[in-house]
Amino acid sequence: MTTADVTVAPSTTLGATAPRTATADTIQLVRPAQTSRHTSRLPRIPRLVRRAVGPLAVIGLWQLLCETKVFAPDEVASPVAVVQAARQLWAQDALQSNLLISLQRVAEGLVLGVAVGVLLAVLCGLFWLGEDLLDPVIQAARAVPILGLVPLAIIWFGVGEFPKVFLIALGCTFPVYLNTYAAIRGVDLKLVEAGQTFGLGRWGLIRKIILPGALPGFLVGLRFALVSCWIVDVVAEEINAQSGLGYLINQAQTTNRTDIMFLCLAIYAVLGLIADAIVRLLERQLLGWRRAFKGA
Amino acid sequence: MTQLAVQARDVSKSFSARTVIKDLDLEIRPGEFVALLGRSGAGKSTLLRIFGGLDPDYEGDVLVPQRHAVVFQEPRLIPWQRVLPNVALGLRPTADIKRQSEAALAEVGLAEHARAWPVTLSGGEAQRVALARALVREPQLMLLDEPFGALDALTRTRMHALLQDLCERHQPAVLLVTHDVDEAITLADRAVVLSDGRLTLDLQVELDRPRDRGNPGFIDLRTRLLAELGVPEETPSSAG
Repeated sequence: MTTADVTVAPSTTLGATAPRTATADTIQLVRPAQTSRHTSRLPRIPRLVRRAVGPLAVIGLWQLLCETKVFAPDEVASPVAVVQAARQLWAQDALQSNLLISLQRVAEGLVLGVAVGVLLAVLCGLFWLGEDLLDPVIQAARAVPILGLVPLAIIWFGVGEFPKVFLIALGCTFPVYLNTYAAIRGVDLKLVEAGQTFGLGRWGLIRKIILPGALPGFLVGLRFALVSCWIVDVVAEEINAQSGLGYLINQAQTTNRTDIMFLCLAIYAVLGLIADAIVRLLERQLLGWRRAFKGA
Repeated sequence: MTQLAVQARDVSKSFSARTVIKDLDLEIRPGEFVALLGRSGAGKSTLLRIFGGLDPDYEGDVLVPQRHAVVFQEPRLIPWQRVLPNVALGLRPTADIKRQSEAALAEVGLAEHARAWPVTLSGGEAQRVALARALVREPQLMLLDEPFGALDALTRTRMHALLQDLCERHQPAVLLVTHDVDEAITLADRAVVLSDGRLTLDLQVELDRPRDRGNPGFIDLRTRLLAELGVPEETPSSAG
């Protein structure tokens, strides 16, 4: 905080009042604390660059620790080794095909899971009958560890694509359901009343007020779903698949290729970043009406 | 028999054990501006919500025009819709509605804010949008629930002038719920006081407009209304 050396002289306009000593009335004036985001002294660095600094620093540190043998080479592959593994696998066409099949499974499971989650949330959020009938069942099902269902899914659906997509969808349904449902129930009753008085019918209220109002909550659920879909995908592919990123990790384990394992982990990380970027874009497009705290 | 804009007979309303409104009668003529005064918790807003169709759980007979509109104490704009669609809320979006909404926005002096988000408006601006949203329906009855209560004194005075102007042009019947006696006398043709669940005072306000708060007739009305509201004499002006 900067202190301006200004002293305020005692007022002389009071006339009749006895003069007081100047020292007693000396007031130290200071500038108010700077809270605005726009007055930062740092030069403006593009947002993308600022966001890239953290991950790049982690990679740099990782390479450094590998080269100085802090990490044993047979336990932790260095970033350079990971890039070489990527080149090698790409040349063998092993990387593209496995990545593609995983992406396809995750996309299918995500679409299915999100759709079911939203549908259930709408049914439970809008109708008390839906809530009473469905919510206890969903809450109970949610408590079952999805990964524990993998053996059952194989028994039920065999070893084809469907059990994997089914498990991924299951992993996406619950976070979307929970957040969307809570958001629907959190829509301001005052806005609903306003809509009612101005002639919105049941469908109009749902379309114009309740669903848009629940959108921020849905997007939070979507973020969770984008993470859990990959977790389920890896496990499903490690246990019961002949292709995919999880399968690649599993194979790397049998041949002790830590570079490939780290490559797959790095791919997951990048996919996570991309997913996050997509949701951010969605939020910017869809939630432009909000004025929220954006960070100092 | 003359036509009425509001016809309420034997209206009663209780919340669990507490009776808020008891056998209340109220008639409002078309184009008449009625101010409904009462102490906090007297049931003013409850009565307005019954008239507005927001509270179907009452006893008695209530008739209001099909075309009625509510302005709440808070603007209650839909935050994810821009100003213009907020004005047209609940109306089928035809080209004509768009034009009428723009005209209503222009009437409240906010034509250039049509594309703004509600969150960017000041309190007075948002309340003017809420007024435009009510007006665009060409209501035969406007229900105003302390619409200026949350505004600063300067803005409130300007809103009074705007409301009088709009009422003169559109001639709706108005029921204004307020706890501000001066506001009631300034705006209304008739002031009624709700206490103990009934209308205990019903005064015609026969003063020339614009009304001067220093006018003896104004002061006399204020004294009588404040007495009915149980406020001790000689508080020079009611706090807003």
